[in-house]
Amino acid sequence: MKILVTAKRVVDPDSKIQIADTQTSIELDDVDFRVNYFCENAIEAALELQDEHDAEVVVCSIGNEDAIQTIRTGLAMGGDRGILVEAEDEVLDGDLVARTLAKLYEQEKPDIFLLGKQAIDGDSNQVGQLLAEYLSLPQACFASNIDIIEDGAVARVEREVDGGIETIDVDLPCIITADLRLNEPRYASLPGIMKAKRKKIEEFELDDLELDTTLKVVTRSMELPAGRQAGVMVSDVDELVNKLKSEAKVL
Amino acid sequence: MSNGRIRSRYYTKEHEAFRSSLRRFVAKEITPNIPTWEEAGRFPRELYAKAANIGLLALGFPEEYGGTSVDGFYQLILTEELSRCGSGGLVAGLMSHGIGAPPIASMATAELKAEVLPRILSGQSISALAISEPGGGSDVAQLRTTAKRDGDSYVVNGEKTFITSGMRADYITTAVRTGGEGMGGVSLLLIPGDSSGLSRTELKKMGWWCSDTATLHFDDCRVPSRYLLGPENAGFMGIMQNFNNERLFIAVMAWAFAQLCFEEALTWAKDRKTFGKPLIRHQVLRHKLVDMRTALEGTRASLEDLTWRVDQGEWPVAEVCMMKNRATQCMELCAKEAVQILGGLGYMQGSISERVYRETKVLAIGGGAEEIMKELAARQLGWLT
Ligand SMILES: Cc1cc2nc3c(=O)[nH]c(=O)nc-3n(C[C@H](O)[C@H](O)[C@H](O)COP(=O)(O)OP(=O)(O)OC[C@H]3O[C@@H](n4cnc5c(N)ncnc54)[C@H](O)[C@@H]3O)c2cc1C
Repeated sequence: MKILVTAKRVVDPDSKIQIADTQTSIELDDVDFRVNYFCENAIEAALELQDEHDAEVVVCSIGNEDAIQTIRTGLAMGGDRGILVEAEDEVLDGDLVARTLAKLYEQEKPDIFLLGKQAIDGDSNQVGQLLAEYLSLPQACFASNIDIIEDGAVARVEREVDGGIETIDVDLPCIITADLRLNEPRYASLPGIMKAKRKKIEEFELDDLELDTTLKVVTRSMELPAGRQAGVMVSDVDELVNKLKSEAKVL
Repeated sequence: MSNGRIRSRYYTKEHEAFRSSLRRFVAKEITPNIPTWEEAGRFPRELYAKAANIGLLALGFPEEYGGTSVDGFYQLILTEELSRCGSGGLVAGLMSHGIGAPPIASMATAELKAEVLPRILSGQSISALAISEPGGGSDVAQLRTTAKRDGDSYVVNGEKTFITSGMRADYITTAVRTGGEGMGGVSLLLIPGDSSGLSRTELKKMGWWCSDTATLHFDDCRVPSRYLLGPENAGFMGIMQNFNNERLFIAVMAWAFAQLCFEEALTWAKDRKTFGKPLIRHQVLRHKLVDMRTALEGTRASLEDLTWRVDQGEWPVAEVCMMKNRATQCMELCAKEAVQILGGLGYMQGSISERVYRETKVLAIGGGAEEIMKELAARQLGWLT
């Protein structure tokens, strides 16, 4: 079995985020980066399948050359090898990412393509779905549990839907996107980090993949949410109730 | 910083990857629990195995016994990042094998290493070091706990005190007198925690609450002679070498905690307003912050330099002693000023600086007190010959 899994490099949400002068991107100089949370769940799921089904796990990322480190994190967690498609964020949109990943699918022919359900920076939540469409493959998005059944022919996936769980079967090869509750991602261990140093990462330029790189979505502007107003201290419950009635008008 | 940027010429990408994995581990598995664990006077025993899982306990030990041999900067990063949890007791307790187990790795027989090191490095067993005695800690050569050979075992009598992980340790690396007076009569004996004749009393402390500290009583305590580390009466050198490691470890801890105090004070000084402006706009306070930063920068630079020298195979004993003093003084300065800048809040439980302030003295006393460090440095520099 072969699993292709994504590892997007995103700004760590714990960093202090500032908008760049252009108003269309984030200031990247003083922020920390990490693997997208949902991708981490996808990687963990891939590694669990690696153990159970002797699968090869290929970690791929699209990003600038620093995304190599993001891939290495996946390799340090236990991935077997990596693929980087080099491209700056500015020249990408969700659709182009999906079409790029489709090219990787055609090169690698994995049995399962695992992705995070969305990236925590753009929050678009569309790449997995677009990818399934472009490849005409079945999709199981927002997975909270994955079992491979029928001798590796079918993935039984539990999906979190409003107010409950839906269980669906999809034939392999398929696209699965991971939700947070799918698993508890492991930490890259020190021996894992040492081993990852020697694992192979193949690198492509976006141009190498012969894609139409015209964007369908262009970011026009970004703005920070309004700062929170300072709170007030109340002296007793009566005053609180009063304020909730007269000022906040919620009672 | 864990953004993958390399901080100085000593660090590689792998160092930074280790730092960032560790930072996440500490932020998620340790830091949120510290207030509870400090109150309880314990952290859960399972944490040893969790830490072992991501490779923290194996660092610097031989691979054949489950260790990972890496350069000294991994050790530095490990101590620095663990310390970000804000509790020295956690770091000292979780890492007590860092002082208890090196003598096993360097002096035990191959059989004994194979028996105990994998257990310690995988977090199954807890290791402690017992040198200090109620009769005195600084003057190690005068220790009074005896171990008398009787057939296939040693019979141990005496007391050890202030022992970190002393209540829970499964293997206690113990300095005992097997021969005559002075340093030439001292041996290191590994004492299993379940030996008959060993009892333990818990001690309450100013700081380091979540680490268990104990007095150990040996009352005709019987230990198989194969647990002797190295030849009989040749333990003193091992103890001294081990102190070097411990002192460097303490220096990194002190610097890391000083950093935390600085960060907390700086953030507060920017936020808190008095007399119509943020604290940092009052010259007296921002100069305090500059003094803290000055001490931190100097300490960091000399720590990195010393770590590098040790990696090159040097054992600069005098420099290690002075490093320990420099770093603990840096911590004392930063803790003191941070509490002052935080004002009343700095005296309240809940701020990092309040806890660190209570932890300054243990680092200036444990592992060789400040005065002893100066004395040893002077002697090592050849000033008394
Ligand atoms: C929280 C904590 C954890 C500890 N954990 C361990 C552990 O795990 N294992 C272990 O073996 N020990 C441990 N110790 C003990 C520690 O190493 C000793 O406290 C330390 O070595 C000092 O020994 P002492 O307390 O007996 O002080 P003493 O030796 O009695 O010294 C008292 C004071 O006099 C000064 N002094 C002594 N002699 C001289 C001199 N010749 N000239 C000038 N000044 C001098 C000392 O510097 C010190 O300030 C721990 C201590 C603490 C507080």
